[in-house]
Amino acid sequence: MATTRGSAKKRRADGPGDTNPDGVPVLERRDTEKLVGYYRQMVIIRLFEEASQRAFRQGKVGGYLHVYIGQEAVATGFLDAHRPGDKVITAYRDHAHALLLGSTPREVMAELFGKATGLVKGKGGSMHLFDVKNDMMGGYGIVGGHIPLGVGMAYALRYQGTDNIVQLYLGDGAINNGAFHEAANLAGLWGRDGMNPCLFIVENNQYGMGTSVERATAMTDLARKFDSYGIEHEKVDGMDLEAVMECAHRVAARVRETGKPYAVEAITYRIAPHGAADFLERYRTKEEVRKWRERDPIGLLERKLIDYGVEEERLEAIRAEAKEVVDDAVRFADESPEPPLEELYTDVYAEESVDASREASAARR
Amino acid sequence: MPVTTYREALRSAMAEEMERDESVVLIGEDIGVYGGTHLVTDGLLERFGPKRVIDTPISEGGFTGAAIGMAMMGMRPIVEMMTWNFSFQAADQIIQNAAKIHYFSGGQASVPLVIRGPNGGGVQLSAQHTHSLEGFYGHFPGLKVVSPVTPHDAKGMMIAAIRDPNPVIFLEAGALYGTKGEVPEGEYTVPFGQARIAREGTDVTLIAYGRQVNLLLRVAERLANEEKIEAEVIDLRSIRPFDEKTIVESVKKTNRAVVVQEQWRWFSVASEVAAILQEQAFDYLDAPVERVSGAEVPAPYARNLEQAAFPSEQQVIEAVRRVTYRARGA
Ligand SMILES: Cc1ncc(C[n+]2csc(CCOP(=O)(O)OP(=O)(O)O)c2C)c(N)n1
Ligand SMILES: [Mg+2]
Repeated sequence: MATTRGSAKKRRADGPGDTNPDGVPVLERRDTEKLVGYYRQMVIIRLFEEASQRAFRQGKVGGYLHVYIGQEAVATGFLDAHRPGDKVITAYRDHAHALLLGSTPREVMAELFGKATGLVKGKGGSMHLFDVKNDMMGGYGIVGGHIPLGVGMAYALRYQGTDNIVQLYLGDGAINNGAFHEAANLAGLWGRDGMNPCLFIVENNQYGMGTSVERATAMTDLARKFDSYGIEHEKVDGMDLEAVMECAHRVAARVRETGKPYAVEAITYRIAPHGAADFLERYRTKEEVRKWRERDPIGLLERKLIDYGVEEERLEAIRAEAKEVVDDAVRFADESPEPPLEELYTDVYAEESVDASREASAARR
Repeated sequence: MPVTTYREALRSAMAEEMERDESVVLIGEDIGVYGGTHLVTDGLLERFGPKRVIDTPISEGGFTGAAIGMAMMGMRPIVEMMTWNFSFQAADQIIQNAAKIHYFSGGQASVPLVIRGPNGGGVQLSAQHTHSLEGFYGHFPGLKVVSPVTPHDAKGMMIAAIRDPNPVIFLEAGALYGTKGEVPEGEYTVPFGQARIAREGTDVTLIAYGRQVNLLLRVAERLANEEKIEAEVIDLRSIRPFDEKTIVESVKKTNRAVVVQEQWRWFSVASEVAAILQEQAFDYLDAPVERVSGAEVPAPYARNLEQAAFPSEQQVIEAVRRVTYRARGA
């Protein structure tokens, strides 16, 4: 069965050729084939999200469901710089991150359906995707709550003697939460001693639920908030995959090299409503959504690929194949069994220390 | 009497009090422009303006603390927790400041504050978004904790909460915002510390609060029809202060009690009820007090697991059979 896993593996195999004289990896020449691979992944993510929204409306997915439509280029581009052993942590809008790291569409969809075959056995649902073997350290539901965890993970990676980094994703809304400020301060402080290889990726999709950035803070330049904590930063066009990839490689290498945190504010847009249950969108205009849609990251990439000489038929075939991948995932989720009732009482306490990531990093040393 | 929803009952209580008293303001996330995540505050921004309906960033600790400061200055803020699950980020402010300032200021300062929002689970929100916090907040002296289930009580207790000179933890039945009931027009209060007898009966006392009261009313009908057991159903409504008298009087009549709650059993409201009954009605009890509670696990996501994690009609019926010694095979 076709999954995103194959290309995730390929992506990680970035060879030593991809570095400039300063040892900083760059995309030396345009790798159109790689971009075509990412086009496929972004289309899978988009179709996956649309399918999950449909399943939500049919009552097959419960709870809260937050989709990534409009933001695909951000995680796709940043995770291009992911190396095995790097850790990724994000909030509840987490499907794309898991899929890009190698969780299969089948197991993610089955999780949304609350099935035994789900990524976390039906226990967490959409907001809590974990795939530790693939470096996905979780989706979290309490705004801000995961940010200190990412900073601690970064400390641990250095403490354990690796050259891995953490990609810590957070929203524009989360940046106003106290947890962010305490964690960023720690990261800056520990980074002075090279003990905090944490790449903060602020996914500024313009809104935290119904509250725009302007209505949430008087200092709307979110990247600059990191100045307070001695963390350097930049912004990137989060709709443009190539721009994100360029930025990602450059800054990930720097964080890896220095052990200091760094922050990128990715300017993007949540095209979908905040959650699948939200339909009243009184806080923004249709016109505004339409304008952002013109820069839809998938459309943008599509136009570029055609410019670069990729044939429309090929993209068409990719879209058709992506649809099959997602249809298959939905079928799989639908047909999978519910978790057995005994599962209710398992996993409350750990029986022994099952620390896959630690074993993995020990093995690499 | 007019019939309105639980949601409208809350809204009209707040709006009427805002009309009556300028010091009442609303503060919370997405309560204004967005209309409120559960539409409880819908329309109030248009009516009262942004100085009195204050949209905040996602900063529970900050805005709850700020509301405590406003309250100390004589304002009467009503804080919306989008859901009570987010109140842990504000718990330091609630527990360390709101609950204790009156005491440690020697009575000089007070905190007339309401913190309200939906509480409890049942719609597959999984571990981080499913909590019933009656026992948690009920633990702290200085806080008042209420949990109304009918639209009538929602309005009457909200007005009482706004007028109370103390911090009130107002736990709404999140799953019941759309349920309808008779609600008087105009102002009335439902005083705290008075339980409500939701159904009279003679054979067993069933005790709950919040949405479990509705479960008990369904169980009581089934028991009457299927097993000829007449259950008395008591809706506690107020967790702190607590109406000991009503439950004790009822058990003196029925000699048996089953307490039902969605929250975890350990250190919970049901544990407190069982202790009160054994202290004050020991000689009247014909069976140990039964507690039916949520499973001792963080809330799972999958529908079947979540259903298994919460009290069911069947579990309550089995508990009733045990206390009435009608257990199958017994
Ligand atoms: C502490 C806390 N408060 C409120 C919420 C409810 N809530 C869920 S998502 C959200 C908006 C978050 O916005 P942002 O950080 O920008 O992320 P986005 O949803 O845009 O991806 C809010 C308020 C929550 N989950 N946690
Ligand atoms: Mg946002």
